[in-house]
Amino acid sequence: MAKATVNTSAEDRLILTNKNRRWDEVRGRSLVTICAIIMIAATISVTVFLAQKGLQSFTVNNINPIAYLTSTNWNPVGSGEASYGIFPFIFGSLAVTFLSALVAAPLGIGAAIFMSEISPRFGKKVLQPVIELLVGIPSVVYGFIGLVVLVPLVRDNLPGIGFSLFAGVVVLTVMILPTVTTIATDAMRSLPDSLRQGSMALGATRWQTIRKVLIPAALPSLLTAIVLGMARAFGEALAVQMVIGNSRDIPETIFDTSATLTTIVTLNIGHTTYGSIENNTLWSMGLILLVISFLFIFIVRYLSGRRKV
Amino acid sequence: MNSRITDRIATGIFYTIAAIMVALLLYLFYFILSNGVPQISWDFLTSPSSAYQAGGGIRDQLFNSFYILFITMIITVPLGVCGGVYMAEYAKPGKITNFIRTCIEMLASLPSIVVGLFGLLIFVNITGWGYTIIGGALALTIFNIPVMVRVTEDAINSVPKELKEASLALGITRWHTIKTVLLPYAFPGILTGAILASGRVFGEAAALLYTAGLSTPTLDYGNWNPLAENSPLNIFRPAETLAVHIWAVNTQGLIPDIREVANGAAAVLVIAVLVFNILARWLGSVIHKKLTASK
Repeated sequence: MAKATVNTSAEDRLILTNKNRRWDEVRGRSLVTICAIIMIAATISVTVFLAQKGLQSFTVNNINPIAYLTSTNWNPVGSGEASYGIFPFIFGSLAVTFLSALVAAPLGIGAAIFMSEISPRFGKKVLQPVIELLVGIPSVVYGFIGLVVLVPLVRDNLPGIGFSLFAGVVVLTVMILPTVTTIATDAMRSLPDSLRQGSMALGATRWQTIRKVLIPAALPSLLTAIVLGMARAFGEALAVQMVIGNSRDIPETIFDTSATLTTIVTLNIGHTTYGSIENNTLWSMGLILLVISFLFIFIVRYLSGRRKV
Repeated sequence: MNSRITDRIATGIFYTIAAIMVALLLYLFYFILSNGVPQISWDFLTSPSSAYQAGGGIRDQLFNSFYILFITMIITVPLGVCGGVYMAEYAKPGKITNFIRTCIEMLASLPSIVVGLFGLLIFVNITGWGYTIIGGALALTIFNIPVMVRVTEDAINSVPKELKEASLALGITRWHTIKTVLLPYAFPGILTGAILASGRVFGEAAALLYTAGLSTPTLDYGNWNPLAENSPLNIFRPAETLAVHIWAVNTQGLIPDIREVANGAAAVLVIAVLVFNILARWLGSVIHKKLTASK
């Protein structure tokens, strides 16, 4: 269109900028595309490198993978024959994950319902910042408080020595509570108002509305909130390590010491020689952690796929 | 009548849950601050930590935490913002975009100890650097990129459509629109997100244990040559951060005043995170007011 006018300096300028802009566009587009490629590369390299390293204990050291996963005897450097069975740690990881989710889920969803249905103003002004601050407290601080407050408390009032599966569950519950609450609140708030109004118009009380209409409607998202909380509990290392006692046997009661995959890796990977069998078995545990955290993502994806229907 | 009573009871339970959460936070903060703040003194903040004797400080750990945070953000912010711009503006719906999104979700859900293991494998063993600041920062980058991408994408998506369409209708290229219209408008959101992410990075320990290490060499704060062994600015030296220090003194410390040091360090850590939180909110709202000229 600019060509209709006689050539002036303005037109020259326009053509000039146009050229610059086009070159600019190419540069900009390549820049952001490279960043996207870096993200893909990072994910793939994390997976590939950890898989390659984690499989070495089976391919190089010829440990039987089935025995590795199911044997309860973890005795890498003890007297007699070395044995690498990580079932107690898998059990510990699953136990803390499910038990803490069991406590955190009702509390978190309850807080979410409070914020969206009961008292939105108090929820937004007080509870929301409270939850954001709880998320912000670093995990070592949770572990430290668990160590100096919770462990002595358990030791004095309950059976056992204080360091226990129970202490780990309590610390993790507090840690995943804000995660569950935040996501569950988003889920409750995104429900259309017509659901509430429709139910109220039929004469239902607020609790009936919540229980019969709102919770079923938000169920996939609420489940997502719980699964993400579980993923966080499963992957947490230091806070649990500080309170769980790190023994290598399956706990008989909830007040016995225990260990999880993350705590054993945290404790030992720095003290074992790189490339030794024990070290390689720890990398295999890292691989299991990676695989299970991917599994959590697939569950979340499945749930959010259901939500769209 | 019956249903009205259940409604009352249910409401009561919801109030109790809310009260529990508030009480929990208040207790945690009260505990950390009342035990920790008395430990904090100028001496505590400025003297080096000791391995065996009482009376050690957290000078080096504090510096390391901020330095690693700084290096991490230098790497993460450009990468994350560009990634977010790509996802918000250039990514076309389809298999590839879906794949990138899955990648981001996977990175976001990685347990931090797994990120630490990856860092140990790549930045410590394969590169042969040993425990270094740059190794720790790169591990934290992996941990932090998904957050920055999501923050940027959300901020850009929240820009009113009219602004973008008006710019494109004027014949301005997409990239120039991003640079001059979208990013400035999204800036407060991105900044808030970046500061909140900083708080997370500042408190992270599991990813740093075996990438930045559990020790700090003797540092000479007068030496500003980043290549010197004893310079605090050297990025190829091991560096124990504050969060790692809390873990280390509690689980393998030999000093007699473990409780005091850990209390003080925890309080400093929590106060820092608190400051990041408040700063993020305040800066976000101030800049938003300035840019949009609203009151």
